[in-house]
Amino acid sequence: MSKRTYELIYVMKPDAPETEVAEMHKQVADIVERMGGTLDKTDTWGRRKLAYEIGHQKEGFYVLEVISGSGEMMKEIDRRLKVTEGLLRHLIVRVDESTIKAERMRSKRTEESRRRRIARGLPPDRQPGEGPQGEDGDDSGDMMFDVADMEN
Amino acid sequence: MAFGGPKRGGPGGARGKDAKDKDAKGGQRRGGGFFRRRKVCKFCADKIDDINYKDVKLLSGFVPERGKVLPRRISGTCAKHQRGLRVAIVRARQLALLPYAAD
Repeated sequence: MSKRTYELIYVMKPDAPETEVAEMHKQVADIVERMGGTLDKTDTWGRRKLAYEIGHQKEGFYVLEVISGSGEMMKEIDRRLKVTEGLLRHLIVRVDESTIKAERMRSKRTEESRRRRIARGLPPDRQPGEGPQGEDGDDSGDMMFDVADMEN
Repeated sequence: MAFGGPKRGGPGGARGKDAKDKDAKGGQRRGGGFFRRRKVCKFCADKIDDINYKDVKLLSGFVPERGKVLPRRISGTCAKHQRGLRVAIVRARQLALLPYAAD
């Protein structure tokens, strides 16, 4: 069976006691274990303001879990989360493919920059104190548009 | 510098709030003879390969007050990255990290 990596984020009600959060985590971990997956990482973001109200709640308790396993397993987790009360939202995203893609892009870029640097008679890797250029040393002095200014 | 025409992206680079609605018209002054900074895709420039829905700080820069996705013609994002950006924003909305609509 193919092994895939998923990210699961769920948002619990902010007034949920710690035990309930732990219980939720245990439920997920149990399913993962039962269906032969692995729980790679758990990241508790904690309380966070919601961008919009969900069921009269203004805040949520966010937990992120990184899980590897089969699609059937995630289906089961999804089903369970759907029927769980005290849960405001949850989202499952498959991440292995996009991670590989990003990795490939990055290696392609370093390769390209090395090639260009050699063509210019420079050592393939950037030396410390070589100037404020981007990592691949192309000379686009043009600053990008500062999006942060648009915010609010 | 030409008079009158909405000036976009001056040398200082700071764009105020009021610049937003002017932008749409700004394109008509093409070849008007004044300097306009070239827009560059942020994701290409910063080499962000994976536009992650969890990175609210990054995404919120592309979601103006109203909660809509900032169009490409304003942000300068390339087509490829705008696609990824859209997906990331939609995901973030589901988790209430970003608003669907705001007044």
